[in-house]
Amino acid sequence: MVTLLSRRGTVQMEPDVKQQLDDILSQYGGESGDLIPILQEAQGRFGYLPRGVMQGIAKFLRLPESTVYGVSTFYAQFKLTPTGKRIVKVCRGTACHVRGGARILQELETQLGIKPGETTDDLEYSLEAIACFGSCALAPVVVIGDNVYGRMTAAKVRQLLADIK
Amino acid sequence: MTFDEIRSRAISEWEALEHSDKPRIYIGTATCGRASGALTVLEAIKSELAKHSIEAIIIQVGCIGLCYAEPLVDIAKPNRPRISYSNVTPEIVPQLIEDYIVNDNPRPDLALGTIGDGSVDGIPKLFELPMLKPQVRIVLRNCGLIDPRNINHYIARGGYSGLVRALGMRPEEVIEEIKKSGLRGRGGAGFPTGQKWEFCRKSPGKVKYLICNADEGDPGAFMNRSLLEGDPHAVLEGMLIGAYAIGATEGYIYIRAEYPLAIERLKLALHQVEDYGLLGDNILGSNFSFGITIKQGAGAFVCGEETALMASIEGKRGMPRPRPPFPAQSGLWGKPTNINNVGTWGHVSAILQRGADWYAGYGSEKSKGTKVFALAGKVNRTGLIEVPMGISLQEIIYEVGGGIPDGKQFKAVQTGGPSGGFLPASLLNLPVDYEELTGAGSIMGSGGMIVMDEDNCMVETAKFFLSFTQAESCGKCVPCRLGTKQMLDILEDITKGEGKPEDIDLLEDLAKDVVAGSLCALGGTAPNPVLTAVRYFRDEYEEHIINKRCRALACLPLVSYYIDPDKCEGCLICARNCPEEAIAGGKRMVHVIDQSKCTKCGTCLDVCPARFGAVIKVSGEEFPVPNEPIPVKKARKE
Repeated sequence: MVTLLSRRGTVQMEPDVKQQLDDILSQYGGESGDLIPILQEAQGRFGYLPRGVMQGIAKFLRLPESTVYGVSTFYAQFKLTPTGKRIVKVCRGTACHVRGGARILQELETQLGIKPGETTDDLEYSLEAIACFGSCALAPVVVIGDNVYGRMTAAKVRQLLADIK
Repeated sequence: MTFDEIRSRAISEWEALEHSDKPRIYIGTATCGRASGALTVLEAIKSELAKHSIEAIIIQVGCIGLCYAEPLVDIAKPNRPRISYSNVTPEIVPQLIEDYIVNDNPRPDLALGTIGDGSVDGIPKLFELPMLKPQVRIVLRNCGLIDPRNINHYIARGGYSGLVRALGMRPEEVIEEIKKSGLRGRGGAGFPTGQKWEFCRKSPGKVKYLICNADEGDPGAFMNRSLLEGDPHAVLEGMLIGAYAIGATEGYIYIRAEYPLAIERLKLALHQVEDYGLLGDNILGSNFSFGITIKQGAGAFVCGEETALMASIEGKRGMPRPRPPFPAQSGLWGKPTNINNVGTWGHVSAILQRGADWYAGYGSEKSKGTKVFALAGKVNRTGLIEVPMGISLQEIIYEVGGGIPDGKQFKAVQTGGPSGGFLPASLLNLPVDYEELTGAGSIMGSGGMIVMDEDNCMVETAKFFLSFTQAESCGKCVPCRLGTKQMLDILEDITKGEGKPEDIDLLEDLAKDVVAGSLCALGGTAPNPVLTAVRYFRDEYEEHIINKRCRALACLPLVSYYIDPDKCEGCLICARNCPEEAIAGGKRMVHVIDQSKCTKCGTCLDVCPARFGAVIKVSGEEFPVPNEPIPVKKARKE
């Protein structure tokens, strides 16, 4: 058992990552119900959930690592790999769909050369398909950073990417 | 401070605002307003006021529901009604400030309507306009009218008087009042709210939980977001009343992390009620104590299901479990728990404020009161609407919504999101009522209402919904996990032109098994879009399978693009823009698309100048074109 554990190994965190994680954990009592809020805060801090951080959280909550991994992969919000500097989100809600959302997504895939859930090799862009932003009146919608771009067309997508590049 | 003192202070603050000698400017800055540019308009207003040295009161309000008209700015001058201006841009702002505030010209050409007593020549009353007249605003009573960040605005308009009234009654009497109102759950299933509370009240146990479900996961629905952003106290007051009636000591609001503004407003509102002694220990001097915690969802549609939601609050994967035991017996952390949707709580506060009889005066026999819908899709006036139960779909789509844009034909309306169904034109007279909608194969749902026109394909749209539920299936039970996958594969085949005649019956068979065998409502309702699409639009399915034709031109594998030799001027624009270099042709030569290279992206159709209109899109037919580019002159002669 001991050898098995050591073979799996615990990933060493960089000292500053460990410090930041400890800052987050210090606000929590260590109840199992804290798992999702801690994961959310950790992802907010690091941009994704590095393996060492997830292991640190499991230890803190006295949960098996498999439970933390299970929860992190169940919810769409959590990411286990680094994301790009700019996250381009395309709404795939119904209102956007009936107004041509699929075409918008297709255009972004062509322009960025990645599929939803992927990040460009230079870590500049990540593309995400989102269930619904609730801005249905402006369909179809693309969100980049905090900016919402409504009533999109394929031509507007090309223009938008040219403008921000 | 007693509640009477709190209320009289709130009323004097509200009246001082209403009778201020300064102009007041209201701007809708909820998420949809912001997406339309409300914050830049706000900045423009501030700088323009400064330029003219005008002292005005600026109030940021929630969404009044006229999403198509955003950004909305209302201006109220002393002793005049509020005038609403729609689609305001930073360029229009200087005109409004100078013409109306400085020179007293209300600019009827830019105005949408007036709010409040009195009238202005040339401007209609806002609530008399066709999109608002059929509406009855109970849940949305304050949205767009008050500053959601100011609890005093809410209190001045009757807020928290419902809680005070409830605290003067025995808990059983409060439950009786809710039963009498006829209120049914607004999350979708329509279970009678009073009865649900009674189960939980009667469940033995000292610790009971109360949950507000704000995990609005239906794509195409934004009722909860708008209410929480525009009037968070209406929901909190409802929760407090429910907690008192049930005997709950702790409450949770489970809200999507995708709604940052709603979360911010809720947090602020919680601080305010605590400060006023309306939340915490011994509320308003009574022996009723209650606390509320906000829990953010992490993106899983299945968490809208109550047992999955509770698992998520407990820090687990959000997977549903079999019922019984029902949450009222054994819910969160194994304690009796009551869950209601945001909208339901908004109704509860109104019912206690104004009485069950008043509330039951609206609606149909079995569906009382009103329902909020997020009206979107192919409809002229998209927005958030609240209509009395029993209103017809026709009235909603054509009067409130203003009909279908661009002169297109109505095809279907979809209610209930991925759990609901499509209703065809022949059912436009159907009254909106829990039983009627269920009888037609759809559901009331949480309130998404998406209108579709002739350009939407009923196979492709059913596939869209099913691909959503299939991806969101948690995987715990086989009928949902595998049944939806098999159904989706069949729909994929049909949209690709690879469907078989027996597929339609197979789809229906599978759907029945998924409905019957799934553990929770996600699987139990996932086949609804497909079932209704087949029921009402069977001919479209047959056409895809037999004729390989998609009449809506939406299923790309069944669609082809051609360049009409009679219209092409040989301008090269399409050839240069084609990402696949699939278009051959030279200057003044009729262009030809190589069908084997074409990926049907539609770029050629987008870029072909409208004055030529030479690119055509067809399905199930071939269009005669030359094999290779020929001179434009030659094409015209033939």
